[in-house]
Amino acid sequence: MYNYKDMDDEYKRKNATVFLKNVSMTFGHNKALDSVDLAIMPGEIHGLLGQNGCGKSTLIKILSGFNHPDSGSKLYINGNKIKLPLDPDMISKYGLSFVHQDLGLVSSLSVLENLRMEHLFQSGAKINWKKERAEAKAILEKYGIDVNIDDNIETLNQVDKAMISIVRAVESILSRNDGKGLLVLDEPTVFLALDEVNMLFRLVREIAAGGIGVLFVSHDLDEVMTITDIVTVLRDGVNCGEAVTSETSKDGVIEMILGQKLTAFERDSSNYRYAVHPDAIYFKNIKGEVLRGVDFSVNPGEIVGVTGLEGSGFGEIPYVICGENELQDGKMVISHKTVDLGKYDMKQAIEDNIALIPADRPNQGGIQTLRVEENVMMQVHKFYHPLMLQSGKMREKAEELNVQYSVTPNDVRLNFSQLSGGNQQKVILAKWLQEPPVLLILHEPTQGVDVGARQQIYKHIDQIVKRGAAVLCASSDYEQLVQICDRVIIFSRGRIVDTLSGPEITKERIVQLCYNSAAVQQ
Amino acid sequence: MKEEIDVNKNKSPRLKTSVGGAGSFIQKYSVIIAWVVVIAAFTIGSGDLFFNFNTLSLITGTRSVVVILALAIMIPLTAGDYDMSSGFTMTLANMITVFLAVEMGWNVWQSAIIAILVGLLVGAVNGIFVVKIGIDPFIVTMGVGTFLAGVTLWISNKTLSGTELAPLQHVSIGKLFNIQYIFFYCFILMLILWYIFEHTSAGKKILFIGHGKEVARLSGIKVGKVRWICLMASSTLSAFAGVMYSGVTGSARSGSCNDFMMPAFAAAFLGSTFIKPGRFNPVGTFIAVYFLETGIRGLSLLGFSTYVQNLFYGAALVLAVALSAIMKKRSLKADKAKKIAALAADDACSQGENVPDKA
Repeated sequence: MYNYKDMDDEYKRKNATVFLKNVSMTFGHNKALDSVDLAIMPGEIHGLLGQNGCGKSTLIKILSGFNHPDSGSKLYINGNKIKLPLDPDMISKYGLSFVHQDLGLVSSLSVLENLRMEHLFQSGAKINWKKERAEAKAILEKYGIDVNIDDNIETLNQVDKAMISIVRAVESILSRNDGKGLLVLDEPTVFLALDEVNMLFRLVREIAAGGIGVLFVSHDLDEVMTITDIVTVLRDGVNCGEAVTSETSKDGVIEMILGQKLTAFERDSSNYRYAVHPDAIYFKNIKGEVLRGVDFSVNPGEIVGVTGLEGSGFGEIPYVICGENELQDGKMVISHKTVDLGKYDMKQAIEDNIALIPADRPNQGGIQTLRVEENVMMQVHKFYHPLMLQSGKMREKAEELNVQYSVTPNDVRLNFSQLSGGNQQKVILAKWLQEPPVLLILHEPTQGVDVGARQQIYKHIDQIVKRGAAVLCASSDYEQLVQICDRVIIFSRGRIVDTLSGPEITKERIVQLCYNSAAVQQ
Repeated sequence: MKEEIDVNKNKSPRLKTSVGGAGSFIQKYSVIIAWVVVIAAFTIGSGDLFFNFNTLSLITGTRSVVVILALAIMIPLTAGDYDMSSGFTMTLANMITVFLAVEMGWNVWQSAIIAILVGLLVGAVNGIFVVKIGIDPFIVTMGVGTFLAGVTLWISNKTLSGTELAPLQHVSIGKLFNIQYIFFYCFILMLILWYIFEHTSAGKKILFIGHGKEVARLSGIKVGKVRWICLMASSTLSAFAGVMYSGVTGSARSGSCNDFMMPAFAAAFLGSTFIKPGRFNPVGTFIAVYFLETGIRGLSLLGFSTYVQNLFYGAALVLAVALSAIMKKRSLKADKAKKIAALAADDACSQGENVPDKA
């Protein structure tokens, strides 16, 4: 159905929802985008892929009017030539609508107010609430979203929030331009569990079927392969190819992204056999908000994954163990010492050589407004006299760590916020792994981290395991679990449903267990 | 061998030019440059009247109490908390010292120690509400401060003074090289705080908390405890400022707080715009106090009357905060631009690096 070879520029210019032609953007000496062409046709779901820093976000920011591209760049919307840079105030008039990761909803306001926000701003002196309510109800019904319009956004689950944000964007397009326009979805699925992603995808397909073009940006290749009709891959600011999704494979796309075949990091687990180690760390009767008393253990030198669907309780485990959950309870045996988790806190956990790498990187992982050297040297009292810190020595140490963990750009005086997601995560690893921990706890360790940096992070985790650390990895990235774990424990409704080990660990098996257990218990 | 390639790549000083440079030099020393300009302007404007030892001893004398107060509030500010009770604590300590020594006939040193202990207690109470109950420190310290103002008035609503304060006066306004002792106390206090913030892990912990409470907590820092200690340090130092004020003026007056709170906050915020831009810092705060005092002194010599003090400090506080907010915005913008540029540069030369060798 997609015969791209037959579409010449002339055809694209006249018919595409959005056609970017010869778009370049230069920052200083760096070309973030170099003569990129991109056409999104009406009714098409178009994936935009590439590693962190490939120019994806630069391109999207041109569409949102934030970035001013170099002269010579051209933009056509629905056959009309549009002047660049785009005026941010005019974007919705052109039929461009954006849904970003944060969704842009006001959580303390109702569904009604969020959904009709644009109209409420524009309506005259008196708001016709009766009409607004009717409209809002009609919209929710149209897309089959089952929420009460008077509920506050904060009371909704993540997928309903995402759907409301998307529907609002679509309605904004439909109210103008005879329903022609472009919906840009910028990593909208990051916070969703798998079944929720599927619900969202049904909605997106429905929207595209109505003739709206969709630009879908995501790190998750599986999602991109599932939802898109065609993918465009950017590499180093250059459009390095388009492919019809149904005619290509995941490996093919990875190859396009990297410009070469991916040699994925592989652990040798072929002769792995599970046996309890004398120095194993035990968890007994672990309880949290969802967890209802689970027992498991982690051996030194072993990576244990914990996973499940959203709300199954696996995500609580890192925080329960470190005393960061209000309802925490249970016992842990670490280094042959029994601790009561009900009275445990992070300080004690650090004294017991536990390292925690949380999922919420911007708020809990690193301090955005402080320098890289300060972030990496936060545990400084372990290495220096607390009353005689020497900034010169600390900087040297930080620089050494930066090189060891290949953090780029290699300048420890940059603010943490100036690094990309992958490099931020490397800094956090460097911070915690200066002394090998007894137990390393990871929560979604590669969320928002590009394919290349992921492999480097796995390599560092592997090194620490070889030195005898026990690793507990709470993750909803099944592929990651398959790639790095010796055992995977699957949770459902606060309980353990099964444990896979060694060669039994496959993505299919994990998915099956996650969903079946959920279905059985319902 | 692979590792080596990565290392070399990392050593390229790609972005180093972004740190340093003329712009950041001016930013780093902006207030000092402005100070020199102001001194020059007043010297030209009023001649001998301004540029003399009299001015120097005035600026470094009486008003040095502001330095102590500004350094006091800077500590909880670094941890992200406002201490609005500091000025009231200072007035109370001032009143207690003078009241006990003059009206009750206590030894002046005992009176001073009691005053400082009361300061410590105020900080402890602030801490209970802020840390244990979890109320916004701004509200708590405002309330506690107002309460303290009531206590001060209750003790006495008159201006108290007496010869019993002589020993205290001697140690605070005695002179070395024609400069009052109190200036040197301020200087030493500034050095101590500088050392704590630069070279001790306690100081780093305060900084981490102020910039990222969650990260600090997950790094094993007892956030509540440290915030509490900061509030106690602030009120204790404020009480010390009150004791010094008793020595400097030889009297106590219940309404004196207003003359010091705003200057102290103005100086702390202005201090955060230079030396270490974006961070509250003792050296910046110290210099900012004297910069602002120079301005006031010069203006009053040019014939402006007392109202100018309120105009000046009010404006200075808002401008200082505005300045630091603008700087933050600009650096965030620059951060973003640099990040994009860095990513672009990164990609251009890091192909292959991303793919680890299969062992």
